[in-house]
Amino acid sequence: MKLPPFAYRAPESLEEGLELLAAGEGEARILAGGQSLIPMLALRLARPSLLIELRRVPGLAGVHEDGSGLRIGALTTELVAERDPRVRAASPLLFEALEFVGHPAIRSRGTVGGSLCHADPAAELPAAALVLGAELTARSLARGTRTIPARDFFLGPYTTALEFDEVVTEVRVPAPPSSQGSCYLEVSRRPGDFAMVGVAAAVVRGGDRVLDLRLALSGVGDRPRLLTRDELELEGQDSPEVLFGQAGRSVAARIRPPEDLHASAAYRRHLSRVLTERALRTAFERAALQGGAASA
Amino acid sequence: MPESELGARGPLPIRLEVNGEERGGDVEARTTLADFLRDQLGLTGTHLGCEHGVCGACTVLLDSLPTRSCLVLAASADGCRVETVEGLARDGQLSRLQRAMWDSHSFQCGFCTPGFLIQATALLAENPTPTEAEVRHALSGNLCRCTGYESIVRGVLAACAGPERSGAESK
Repeated sequence: MKLPPFAYRAPESLEEGLELLAAGEGEARILAGGQSLIPMLALRLARPSLLIELRRVPGLAGVHEDGSGLRIGALTTELVAERDPRVRAASPLLFEALEFVGHPAIRSRGTVGGSLCHADPAAELPAAALVLGAELTARSLARGTRTIPARDFFLGPYTTALEFDEVVTEVRVPAPPSSQGSCYLEVSRRPGDFAMVGVAAAVVRGGDRVLDLRLALSGVGDRPRLLTRDELELEGQDSPEVLFGQAGRSVAARIRPPEDLHASAAYRRHLSRVLTERALRTAFERAALQGGAASA
Repeated sequence: MPESELGARGPLPIRLEVNGEERGGDVEARTTLADFLRDQLGLTGTHLGCEHGVCGACTVLLDSLPTRSCLVLAASADGCRVETVEGLARDGQLSRLQRAMWDSHSFQCGFCTPGFLIQATALLAENPTPTEAEVRHALSGNLCRCTGYESIVRGVLAACAGPERSGAESK
């Protein structure tokens, strides 16, 4: 369908954008890449009266790296992030998740900040952000700047901790420990479709043992949740292989996956168990390779 | 919220480069790039299938990157460079890809063809010798309801084969 009527502004400064957003009193929306918002307008799932596009605001796109990790401007497109060698080197999990986001013609416009703020329960970047311990920088006129950990950001389907007058300006991704390996896996009907189930996994390895693990799943609930060893109630002393099997069963027992045209709840539960095990095993194997490379 | 203070529904003046020419016009805020190209510039080669970013028929190159023109506001494309399917042929000569897809019968009804041509043009610009798997992956965001995709993939592969293997003789 054609888009419903709305007003449009493309301010030159963030302050002007924040003023417009605040004045909109919840009826205004930020337009980032538009790859989710425009379809929602076309399908009449969103009816904002004003779209504020920040493409003229300098400094909101770009990748920066320092010793502590990556800083990714909220308007950095998924394609630019995916192709940035610093992202691949400093955050292999984010790189792997980005490759699963839509199709190239979506990633060329879609933005890292936009995807996180859209908070689709089946999207890849929210799950990756949780496992990576990412932090979002939010700006508003009323509250100034605040930092929101990914863990506190995703509240429900398409619902985040952002207030109506806040804009995410940057995503910080801390550098992972050198003994950590990671893996993002998903199964979808076609490449680029939303996942029936996606799993972001990170494992910290010490020799042949698992020192720590973190997981987040997409497509199996109202929002991605960070699952740690404690939350999964895993026994500490087992071999990695036994531990990964336990983790898969624990995940499958904890989720309440949706049922739709693409997959039954039972199939999603099955996929969750299998992909969890597989992602953890792969992350564990990669941790050894990275440790070897680091000590060489 | 008074419209005059917060923003305008239109008309908004835009200027952009389309297929190498400076073009411009006044658009409503809600006008997509696809509708601007088709309705205001008469470039109806860009086809609209689903109008919500699923089918890929409306794919154009926006600042050299394949982009769904139904998911971009015309106002957002102000100042950008756009290439549509009309820009692929030069001086009446089909591009190598167009010729190869023609020779390979890479279309039946033709509705999806402009999107496939643009997406494959972008692929070959980055990767002149893709494998079949890479072609299939690159085109996975474009829907075709007629061909079953085999002839499309064959056409793209023919475009990157050597001259002696391209075209009709290769079949």
